[in-house]
Amino acid sequence: MWTYLFQRLLHMIPILIGVSLLTFLLMSLTPGDYYSKLENNPQITKEKLTQLRAKAHLDRPWYVRYGYWMKDALRGDLGYSLEYKIPVSELIVMRLWNTFVLALAALLIAWLVALPLGIWAAVRKDSWVDRGCAMIAFLGLSIPEILLGLMALLFAYASGWFPVSGVESNRYIGVEDWDAARVLNRLHHLTLPALVLAASSLAGIMRQMRSNLLDTLRADYVTAARARGLSEGWVVGKHALRNAINPLLTIFGYSLAGLLSGAFIIENIFSWPGLGRLTLEALTSQDYRLVVATVVMATGLLMVGNFIADLLLAWSDPRIRLRE
Amino acid sequence: MSESISSTNPSPTRQPRTPWQLFWHRLRQRRIALVGGVILVVLYGTALLAGFVAPHNYDREDRTRFFHPPVRPHFEGLRLVVPRSVPLEIEGKQFAYKLDREDSMPLRFFVTGDEYKLIGLIPARLHFFGTADANYPVHLLGTDQLGRDVFSRLLYGSQISLSIGLVGIALTFTIGMLVGGISGYYGGLVDNGIMRLCELIMSVPGLYLILTLRATFPPDLSSTRVYLLIVVILSFIGWASMARVIRGMTLSLRERQYVLAARALGQSDLRIIIRHILPNTFSYVIVAATLSVPYYILGEVILSYLAVGIQEPQASWGLMLKDAYSNYQHLQQFPWLLAPGAAIFVTVLAFNFLGDGLRDAADTKA
Repeated sequence: MWTYLFQRLLHMIPILIGVSLLTFLLMSLTPGDYYSKLENNPQITKEKLTQLRAKAHLDRPWYVRYGYWMKDALRGDLGYSLEYKIPVSELIVMRLWNTFVLALAALLIAWLVALPLGIWAAVRKDSWVDRGCAMIAFLGLSIPEILLGLMALLFAYASGWFPVSGVESNRYIGVEDWDAARVLNRLHHLTLPALVLAASSLAGIMRQMRSNLLDTLRADYVTAARARGLSEGWVVGKHALRNAINPLLTIFGYSLAGLLSGAFIIENIFSWPGLGRLTLEALTSQDYRLVVATVVMATGLLMVGNFIADLLLAWSDPRIRLRE
Repeated sequence: MSESISSTNPSPTRQPRTPWQLFWHRLRQRRIALVGGVILVVLYGTALLAGFVAPHNYDREDRTRFFHPPVRPHFEGLRLVVPRSVPLEIEGKQFAYKLDREDSMPLRFFVTGDEYKLIGLIPARLHFFGTADANYPVHLLGTDQLGRDVFSRLLYGSQISLSIGLVGIALTFTIGMLVGGISGYYGGLVDNGIMRLCELIMSVPGLYLILTLRATFPPDLSSTRVYLLIVVILSFIGWASMARVIRGMTLSLRERQYVLAARALGQSDLRIIIRHILPNTFSYVIVAATLSVPYYILGEVILSYLAVGIQEPQASWGLMLKDAYSNYQHLQQFPWLLAPGAAIFVTVLAFNFLGDGLRDAADTKA
């Protein structure tokens, strides 16, 4: 088991290298570069431009540039962003935190709502609760994320109850201290994007929870537990639920991964300064170091999500854990 | 009682039904799948004949009627009539119109109007309906910020948005099936190399890769080129997961007796893959294709929404949504601008209905 997990970890390295190489290649194929937009600026001389390009290694072929980048990256230095003039790593940490907060909030909402609803729907199969949940799940799965996001945006604007963009109000720009009002302000900004992001995974988890629990409720050991006269709550909670929740652990890891890439659309709709939005900005300004770093980072996150899914599964199921 | 049972039993002489007949029989029992199918036929039909069904051209601007509200033709006696629309000049209130029901003009069918090309080839001027008088406009879904008919743009936009799904699927599945078949059939080094490439593509979160690929081309391409580009980009990413599944199926199919027989007869490898192995994956492929069409439609919507997709003055559902959302105030005042959102929703839903039905019908074990 541990060798398998270790192999999985090792397996990530060539993929990350491959992704960085692919991104470098693609960035080199883009017409022009970061400094192209300065070419028409009369205040900047040709010599200055050549100098700037040389400094960013933009005068060299892409594989040489990749070599320079890799040499620094191996030492943990992702270079300076051409656009923001600060280290790429600083920028990414800042934006990653925002994406992480968004994804985590969506994850919490999705699971905390989906699990109880799924259990409720399974226990009260064919009741109005079950039908209502089926309806919600159907809508959640069939409305595309972008439409849901745009609807939420319109709702926020029309009602005026929620802010339409950003992580916090403008008055906190440049303010260092934190107080309760600021935290509340952030939560207020977080609510709608997180709800929209949670919606689609919520529906899937709920349906999965319901069908798993229905399967285990039909199992022989549940019938046996009932025959022994145990209370229904004990039967469901202790005997059925524990086994029903197992397959969901895989979904947990994958939903984490899905949320991170799903956040891309939501971030751009709600102007949420996360990793997805940063990538789009970097692509628009052709800030190649930033593009490579964000794409590699997003890939890494996706793989870590899948890895966590495997770990959780191994932890919960001895049959998998003991298999070499 | 016994008579009715014996009469419903199939007579022993009846021909056994082919798998396709069984499939069709099971599909017909699923009403919701049929509803989805009918909606799609209507949508694709109107998209094909967009120029004819649409009363105006997609770029026809009425400079006197920006943000005109939807006009509903009403009955006057037995005739459908359209009220006269008079732009009002009111202080402090923009885009106000008076619909004068007293002064109306009959809605006529098969009228001549803007010139267009039917199915992109045949020049024509005939429109399904219209009034042929700009003072009596038939804006079924109102007009946008440039005074263009939203209903007409929706129809022209559906040509792009709907066909992107089909073209994308065709490309993705051709590549996916061929590469998957080759990978599974040959195994070994070829298989290993192809599968690593698939993993690489699949490990990057979709939209990050899509936008990076988009950035490798100039931002201001003509709409035709952007259209092709979107299809190619989405297919470039989509084929990987398809190839993996087909490879898995091929691995078991290549051990079948009829494949061995074909090999013994000396058929070429490519012929065996295409003629004997891939047809056995069709039932899976058709279902998967139907369920993944929305992915392409939404891909166009997202790219156009992020301003790197279809460009003005062409119409696509994503571009129309982007325009609608460029000004929240307008969006609130003129809610008909959200029509493309509804169109996207209905289309995606219809594909999901049909796909689910196809999946159930193709599942012979159930």
